[in-house]
Amino acid sequence: MQFEWIKIPYALLTLFIVVNYGMLLGAFIQKIGARVGRRRGVPIWQNYADLVKNFGLRTSITHGVMFYLGPVFRLTGGIGLLLFVPTIYGSEMFSNLSFAGDLILALYFVFFGTLGMALGAGESGHPHAAIGISRGLSQVTAAELPLALAVFSVALQYQTLSITDIVSAQQGGVLHWTLFTNPLAVAAAMLSFLGSMMRPPFDVVLAPQEIPIGPPTEYHSSYLALMQTNRAIFPVAKIVVYMNLFFGGAASWPVFFLKVFLIYMVSVFVGVAFPRFRVEQSIRWFLVWAVPLGILSILLA
Amino acid sequence: MKPELMKRMVKGPDGVEFEVEPMRDYYCDAPPTVQHGAYIKIVEDFFNWARSQSLWILGFGTGCGAIEMRPLMTPRFDAYRYGIQWRPTPRQANLLVISGYLSVKTLKRAIRAYEQMQNPKYVVGLGSCTINGGMYWDSYNTIKCLDQYLPVDLYITGCMPRPEALLAGFEDLKKLIRAGQAEGANQYAERFDWYKANQKQVIHDWDMPDYNW
Ligand code: SF4
Repeated sequence: MQFEWIKIPYALLTLFIVVNYGMLLGAFIQKIGARVGRRRGVPIWQNYADLVKNFGLRTSITHGVMFYLGPVFRLTGGIGLLLFVPTIYGSEMFSNLSFAGDLILALYFVFFGTLGMALGAGESGHPHAAIGISRGLSQVTAAELPLALAVFSVALQYQTLSITDIVSAQQGGVLHWTLFTNPLAVAAAMLSFLGSMMRPPFDVVLAPQEIPIGPPTEYHSSYLALMQTNRAIFPVAKIVVYMNLFFGGAASWPVFFLKVFLIYMVSVFVGVAFPRFRVEQSIRWFLVWAVPLGILSILLA
Repeated sequence: MKPELMKRMVKGPDGVEFEVEPMRDYYCDAPPTVQHGAYIKIVEDFFNWARSQSLWILGFGTGCGAIEMRPLMTPRFDAYRYGIQWRPTPRQANLLVISGYLSVKTLKRAIRAYEQMQNPKYVVGLGSCTINGGMYWDSYNTIKCLDQYLPVDLYITGCMPRPEALLAGFEDLKKLIRAGQAEGANQYAERFDWYKANQKQVIHDWDMPDYNW
């Protein structure tokens, strides 16, 4: 396949749109969460102010090379996930760098950032960071399992590993979506989705009130700003994968914005309604409820 | 000095013996320096605006005044809408609120927390105890005047101030920051020796390094 250079500015444009959408969406979601608690919540541009402030801090200290690379890896994970998946189906401009086997790559990228973060935070030498990592990794691993099973089930169903092909197989009406053709896989994946969005009930790892904030305890200024950027990109990128695999993809930006928002809202609804799980409870929950669904969906596919 | 802070030989799990000196190994050995803002004024102004809109408070309650900070998170006062949030770690916070009387023991922790925060950082003294000792004016183990030990940007008076007073105080702090007048971290760096001398005058069991970052 020939590589076209024009794809690079297009990919950057996608990135730009997604970063801004992610920032606004994040604040908006926080506002919704606040409204449930009868508060007003943060202003809609709060994330921008935080980001500029963190970049604007005048000093920063480092604990070594991995400490520095941790946020970089994390951001790479988010951007990579976004760029190797077609954002808008059927658009030459926004199909990014997707290629035939991108489904497996996407799965890798989901995990990549977490691992980089673990290495970086480990080097900070802060005991809270170390505890946060071990808790975070075990929870993410448990949450990732049903997703992997669901993805394989979908790949079996459509007999392809290309996300673009999977999306095109779902075109032609809502009933063609994987949601209706393979409901078990979607159910397993959505349960896993709850676990990876870092919202309650599965946010014990990063919650500021728990063992202080977990892995990023020592991160500050520009490091933190990188991680904040990733926090804007990664959920959207992840939802793009879900949207493409299970909800028919998006053929234009308005549809994209709407679907991403609605899928995000699933985790928000669950989050405001249920209290937090402890780590071992959430692992058990994933293994008992989500993994069997995934296995079942593979067996039936 | 406590025995665990002494220089000693330690045997690692792999059998290798190595020397540990807790007072030096984990800390920086350079005093803080004065940091200049961005050279272009409009950029610095923009940064200052962002700083004022994103005050991250270190959740560290020192005296009884701390109890008035919690209502700020509740629906009634909801400080989040003013861009005020709480961070659990000094590395990420840029506002240290000394909420009331500060015993000498707590002062030690407050200094360490303050020094781990990154420039620019702000200190708000809450309640009359931080200004002149308040009703602990003749106590043997509280400090009387906070700005001898840490560079205070703003005092909020009252014993204890209501949450509304806190919100008003934070709004004033924002004005200071936007005007570029909240440079406490640089003051601290400039007059570092003076601050350290004052701190060591009251903290008799000084068993931490001079530079805590
Ligand atoms: S000023 Fe009053 S409320 Fe505040 S710490 Fe002192 S005694 Fe307590």
